[in-house]
Amino acid sequence: MSFPLLTATAVLPALGAVATAAVPAARREAAKWLALLVSLGTLVLAVLVAVRFDPGGARFQLTESYDWIPAFGVRYELGVDGIGVALVLLTAVLIPFIVLAGWHDADPLETQSKRWRPTQGFFALILMVEAMVILSFEATDVFLFYIFFEAMLIPMYFLIGGFGDRAHQGGEEAAATQRSYAAVKFLLYNLAGGLIMLAAVIGLYVAAGSFSLPDILAARADGELTMGTNTERLLFLGFFLAFAVKAPLWPLHTWLPNAMGEATAPVAVLITAVVDKVGTFAMLRFCLGLFPEASKWATPVVLVLALISIVYGALLAVGQRDIKRLVAYASISHFGFIILGVFVMTSQGQSGATLYMVNHGISTAALMLVAGFLISRRGSRLIADYGGVQKVAPVLAGTFLIGGLATLSLPGLAPFVSEFLVLVGAFARYPVVGIIATFGIVLAALYTLVLYQRTMTGPVRPEVAKLPDLRVRELAVAAPLIALLIFLGVYPQPLTDLVNPAVRHTMSDVQQHDPEPEVEAAK
Amino acid sequence: MSASAVHGLWTDLAAPADGSIAKIPAPTIEYAQLSPVMIVIGAAVLGILVEAFVPRRARYHAQLFVSAVALAAGFAAVVALAVGGHATTRAGIAAEGAIAVDGPALFLQGVILLVGLVALFTFAERRLDPAAHGNRVDSFAAQAASVPGSDSEKAAVKAGFTTTEVFPLLLFAVGGMMVFPAANDLLTLFIALEVFSLPLYLLCALARRKRLLSQEAAVKYFLLGAFASAFTLFGIALLYGYAGSVSYGRIAQVVEGTVGEVSPALAGTMGNDVLLLLGAALVTMGLLFKVGAVPFHMWTPDVYQGAPTPVTGFMASATKVAAFGALLRLLYVVLPGLRWDWRPVMWGVAAVTMVIGAIVAITQTDIKRLLAYSSIAHAGFILAGVIAAKPEGISSVLFYLAAYSFVTVGAFAVVTLVRDAGGEATHLSKWAGLGRRSPLVAAVFAVFLLAFAGIPLTSGFAGKFAVFKAAAEGGAAPLVVVGVLSSAVAAFFYIRVIVLMFFSEPKPDGPTVAVASPLTTVAIAVGAAVTVVLGVAPQYFLDLASQAGTFVR
Repeated sequence: MSFPLLTATAVLPALGAVATAAVPAARREAAKWLALLVSLGTLVLAVLVAVRFDPGGARFQLTESYDWIPAFGVRYELGVDGIGVALVLLTAVLIPFIVLAGWHDADPLETQSKRWRPTQGFFALILMVEAMVILSFEATDVFLFYIFFEAMLIPMYFLIGGFGDRAHQGGEEAAATQRSYAAVKFLLYNLAGGLIMLAAVIGLYVAAGSFSLPDILAARADGELTMGTNTERLLFLGFFLAFAVKAPLWPLHTWLPNAMGEATAPVAVLITAVVDKVGTFAMLRFCLGLFPEASKWATPVVLVLALISIVYGALLAVGQRDIKRLVAYASISHFGFIILGVFVMTSQGQSGATLYMVNHGISTAALMLVAGFLISRRGSRLIADYGGVQKVAPVLAGTFLIGGLATLSLPGLAPFVSEFLVLVGAFARYPVVGIIATFGIVLAALYTLVLYQRTMTGPVRPEVAKLPDLRVRELAVAAPLIALLIFLGVYPQPLTDLVNPAVRHTMSDVQQHDPEPEVEAAK
Repeated sequence: MSASAVHGLWTDLAAPADGSIAKIPAPTIEYAQLSPVMIVIGAAVLGILVEAFVPRRARYHAQLFVSAVALAAGFAAVVALAVGGHATTRAGIAAEGAIAVDGPALFLQGVILLVGLVALFTFAERRLDPAAHGNRVDSFAAQAASVPGSDSEKAAVKAGFTTTEVFPLLLFAVGGMMVFPAANDLLTLFIALEVFSLPLYLLCALARRKRLLSQEAAVKYFLLGAFASAFTLFGIALLYGYAGSVSYGRIAQVVEGTVGEVSPALAGTMGNDVLLLLGAALVTMGLLFKVGAVPFHMWTPDVYQGAPTPVTGFMASATKVAAFGALLRLLYVVLPGLRWDWRPVMWGVAAVTMVIGAIVAITQTDIKRLLAYSSIAHAGFILAGVIAAKPEGISSVLFYLAAYSFVTVGAFAVVTLVRDAGGEATHLSKWAGLGRRSPLVAAVFAVFLLAFAGIPLTSGFAGKFAVFKAAAEGGAAPLVVVGVLSSAVAAFFYIRVIVLMFFSEPKPDGPTVAVASPLTTVAIAVGAAVTVVLGVAPQYFLDLASQAGTFVR
């Protein structure tokens, strides 16, 4: 038996979480360093996974399989395809930055009791989320996936509700109320979606007799497994609903602006850049893989919802007065693109969607974390409270600009590649959809540039005149992320090579082929 | 109609041809197979003797010792029987057909004994209440007979009286509960019902604080329980009238029409479906009352709130185990031939129970009432497994009961810890900020709440998954959908308590978490450990439940 590498990528952060939580109250600096070290160790393991993975090889690699609860037919079954590797890497890359950016976010206040250990709890919860997210990217057993998909809500819930943004307009009382409202809304939306999925998971077992994704795919390919049309559609809806809440897709998105607004910036990044990716990933892997016919049946509706997400999210982002909520609505727009890419059923679209998940993670992290640094300096989330920051803190303003430009998919930065692929994929099959989606880009330029203009340019407001520029720790967060954005923008080849074979498998699951170009067809 | 065409225990028995009264044969009793029940009931009788003859200051320790040893020995006897194959290959009927010794019976008896043992620890806790006149006191009234607020009550408190009778009462209740799911004829069922109900009525009335509330709860429980018992008894009479027998196996044969020899009396009644349907409905109703299913749930919140919290914990878990066991046996052994009649009704009951339990719980402001409504919702979930009408249904219900009862006992044990000057602080507003003041206690309670909510990696999830899967395989997919939707509603109020504990600022005059003796600590620790173990590694226990999932007839 070889070394269980995939298990290790999850066990390390899980153990790290336990160890971090156990650090005594007085040694909270040690807890931070421990968390950082563990997250870096996980990154090393994730890189090892990527190195060991052979893009041209079998569909699921580095597989592990053990009986867990035979009475339920549940196996502890892990395996990654190219898409899984890409997202495990994304998670492992982002967590150290999240830890570093949140270095002081959970320092205890003077007034709090000595036994209350928020710092240890904060970093332990982040590592716990990392472990569960990684496992859900690696699980090839539907039940196993479901368990981590649901269980990660609990640490996320405590992160949102327990550690709010200290820059709040309404004072501590109002902050606490809104924070717990946001946390409860997050949990209820996701739990409701998840429980409906539970019914579908049970239904899947009744229909297919197995939870193992490779087994079900094989049985389907051999024609041994057929589902009734209605059964398949209902099960698809059960799964899709849970993922659409998580992703989030309009009209199930309303928890995201609350959660991202009230959480600290690093936790907001954790939500949108890491946890939400499980939703779009699962659409690609489980909805399309398990229910190909129903996926095709639902495509028109999903595409329309995705388009609404793109345009609606962008429009609301334009109208926001709060920096963090603006980024949240921008994310809703971007998730619309990802879901669009998944469901246009072309290989460019799905490769683009996968790349989009990675690139959106990095670009949002860059934008949001720098915005968090800005907000923590001034103590306000309102755009109107800023002005002329680029004269006072040029490095901060510069990194903020690059993060923003990445968000609007400027050519040369990573998100451009993925957005372009999604649009090409959309045009190939549904030209009208592609045209409407393109408006999202125009609006993205609007909200990003207006945000930059109002906060960074113009006359220096007296309140921001003394703002210090980025510190070393903050630079250590921003610089590598920007470097990554530029690198993947100029040279996306490694990522596309990783993802393309996996996308081909998914395409064959749904028995779709790319439409022939019009010109060749005319010959 | 001639005299011989009427069913009667006496006429059936005394019908030899020569008209003389035959010798009544001595019954054969399989003492070994009945040993778990006999140990517990014997210890209860011993407890009464202790109460009569042991000096007052030594009683508490003597009673605690007798009870703990009896419950542990009873459990050992159950394990011995199970190891000896009585749960599977050698399962059979003992005591002249009165008691079944089979997998479900032994499994549930084991669960009831363990839950009883854990509950015993919470009964015996004497450090939570401040000492009265230098005497350590438990959660029970100093002298049950003294009127609340009267001089005699004050005198009893001053004299340091404690109601050590609770220990034999607990043992009697446990004994009755052990017979209840094992009963193999309707009369044994009824007697077991009364044997465990009467001590519970008494225990409910014995709270040390808020005595009027406690007595009101007891009266309410007693009156409604008496009604339910009367209905059950009436149903038993009708079923006897139908089948000419109270034996489960015999009734089942008559229902299915496979009875060998039809006497004239039987020929006259076995076609009478009114007797059968009415009788079955009334008996089922009595059992649904005990499990707290809608629309027979009205007593639950008041009784749960008024009873002393240790009693509530015991009642909420062990009664449910016993009553669901009896319900399973009734539906699977006596009435499988009637499946097409009872399934639609039970579908409705299960759906309504889940929905009403979950929705009404949202508006509760008292933690004990909230847990009461949550127990109603859980009764609905369990019913979904009961009506699966498959072996998987039985084993999933067995597993759920084991999981649920330990979560419940643990949760109520935590409730006993949170106190202010007036005793237990059960109003939810007082729980605000508990997580900041006592992170460990709040975290353990959060684990119990998450298990109630059915979050993965807790026993509640494994149990819920098992019953829903059984229900879906049994063709009850709509019920599963109702189940998950009400789980989502239920999650809301469990989460609300967690919010309150962790995200609200503590109030300056809020309650404190009392430092418990090792007894309660052990009870909570066992509850939490079982919750986590059954959540992460349920396989062994699922196997156990599925091996135990066959009824004898």
